[in-house]
Amino acid sequence: MEKFVKMVSTAIPLSIENIDTDQIIPARFLKATDKAGFGDNVFRDWRFHKDGSVNKDFILNDETYKGSILVAGDNFGCGSSREHAAWALAGYGLKAVISSFFADIFKGNALNNGILPIQVSPDILKSIMTTVTENPNTEISIDLQNQQLHLVNTDIKSTFDIDPYKKLCLINGYDDIDYLISNKEKIEAFEASRV
Amino acid sequence: MGKTLFDKVWDSHVVDQIENGPQILYIDKHLIHEVTSPQAFAELNARKIPVFRPKQILATADHNTPTKDQHLPVKDLLSRKQLKQLAENCEANDIEFYGLGHKYNGIVHVIGPELGVTQPGMTIVCGDSHTSTHGAFGSIAFGIGTSQVAQVFASQCLLLKKPKKLRVTVNGKLKTGVLPKDVILYIIAKLGTNSGTGYFCEYAGEVFENMSMEGRMTVCNMSIEMGARGGMIAPDETTFEYVKDREFAPKGEEWDKKLVYWKSLPTDNDAIFDQEYEFDGADIKPMITYGTNPGMGMKINEEIPALEDASFEKSLEYMGFKKGQSLLEQPINWVFIGSCTNSRIEDFRVAADYIKGKQKANNVNALIVPGSQQVAQQIIKEGLSTIFTEAGFELRQPGCSACLAMNDDKIPEGEYCVSTSNRNFEGRQGQGARTILASPLVAAATAIEGKIIDITKHLN
Repeated sequence: MEKFVKMVSTAIPLSIENIDTDQIIPARFLKATDKAGFGDNVFRDWRFHKDGSVNKDFILNDETYKGSILVAGDNFGCGSSREHAAWALAGYGLKAVISSFFADIFKGNALNNGILPIQVSPDILKSIMTTVTENPNTEISIDLQNQQLHLVNTDIKSTFDIDPYKKLCLINGYDDIDYLISNKEKIEAFEASRV
Repeated sequence: MGKTLFDKVWDSHVVDQIENGPQILYIDKHLIHEVTSPQAFAELNARKIPVFRPKQILATADHNTPTKDQHLPVKDLLSRKQLKQLAENCEANDIEFYGLGHKYNGIVHVIGPELGVTQPGMTIVCGDSHTSTHGAFGSIAFGIGTSQVAQVFASQCLLLKKPKKLRVTVNGKLKTGVLPKDVILYIIAKLGTNSGTGYFCEYAGEVFENMSMEGRMTVCNMSIEMGARGGMIAPDETTFEYVKDREFAPKGEEWDKKLVYWKSLPTDNDAIFDQEYEFDGADIKPMITYGTNPGMGMKINEEIPALEDASFEKSLEYMGFKKGQSLLEQPINWVFIGSCTNSRIEDFRVAADYIKGKQKANNVNALIVPGSQQVAQQIIKEGLSTIFTEAGFELRQPGCSACLAMNDDKIPEGEYCVSTSNRNFEGRQGQGARTILASPLVAAATAIEGKIIDITKHLN
């Protein structure tokens, strides 16, 4: 997994609540047996009409907004556990998602793929959404070490929570498999104790 | 202080606690299917890590499978490749696999319980959010991502922070025509789609105590739709009766020993939950959804609320509904009875009981999709298949089918489908398809009438 320390980027404001993982990547694209290529189909049915033409009203198709940060409405990533959603966001080039609330499974999947889910208060989310929408050149700086987010050249800032273990993993690019395998003796002892 | 059912099962599976971090939780059973496992196998292969406990894994093919002509090669090439990959991965790693055509094949959350693989007090995971279904037996069961599937392959464990505890109590007696599906749709409509996030939910009270195992599975199945990672119901005589003598259930002395343990699991009287909600069973009516998340539900004879909210309005626009509208008399062209929520024998008995002697409306395409080969056989054995086919319903072979628009079974753009599945998200049943979630009874009645009716007025 790629290390995550600090980043500065403009952001894409997606002001919709309860975005489920079926929207992030529809089920018909889950037939692949590897992790590549999902980025092409991220938000497929919002980006494109059924006849394949581009939906110009959708924010991801608006040239004005670019960047590797997605600012999304409340309860982002609810529904299906498909990790393909995290692969699709990462494949599209996103490195962080800012929302006022994340669904559990998505949050874990994002962290396991080097995408930082940043939860801020509803008020902060509202000011970030408004600022980014009104001024697409606004850069957001994210400092994972100090757990801080700042909209450059504004007074909008926020701290954010992250599990200390997951933070360590992101900063060092570790994943849980390494840690679990290093505990195999304890796991075997646990199994033996239950019989 | 007493412990909850959830505490008892969780705490007895903790291998270790990382300082300032998550716990290592031991997983008893790992269920896998074709869609969320291939990348996990690939990860292990790439890192040359063996599968640690293959005997604790059970595989089935369900999401990406056709529900017609299962004896023929799968037409869609990508689907065929994915199914073949699962078979090969299971073969290479010595994992039990019930592929298409196997007598135990079916939807992962239907076959686990019916084979007795799912038992009280266990920890069970699967790369599928509806794994919460298995909590109906008093087990801790939850959906995981593919990275976590790989972790369980590698170590039979997961790194997790213990969730908080929520209890939803429903006492009183359910009215005629109110099914377990209505109970959970009612709860989600009351609490919203993210009220359970961060929690494990225990369902308690007379309504659940009096429910069959099939009904309890329907309820626990949809826990994830209010954001809860899992749902649980305390094991009791109904549970034990269901599990006893099933294929992989403990037998003889082992059964007696397990039974003592299972009886110790229910929540202690003085246990404390982080959050509690209480509802009156008598207030629940047959439910339907009108929007694009399962929290957007109402009693079948109510009107769509008039909320001033952009996401709410976007949702109604997609559905082609208006604020204040009643959905009674709404014409419906598609009905789907199936999915891991409602594809067990009891669901088809309820539907068949209503359908018997009637004919489906001409405008309706009605699909009946059993959850497993065993359910399919039972449908034939009890003569329900004749009732369905004589009434003009199409009886298919087992699988996830039209729940998720991944296989051939899809609802056309703009069409309404009254569905017994679990998600009414945009495009969930096909691009542009509009899903109305309901119980098998409401779905059956809709198919007969060709429109939504107030079912309570049609029952004795």
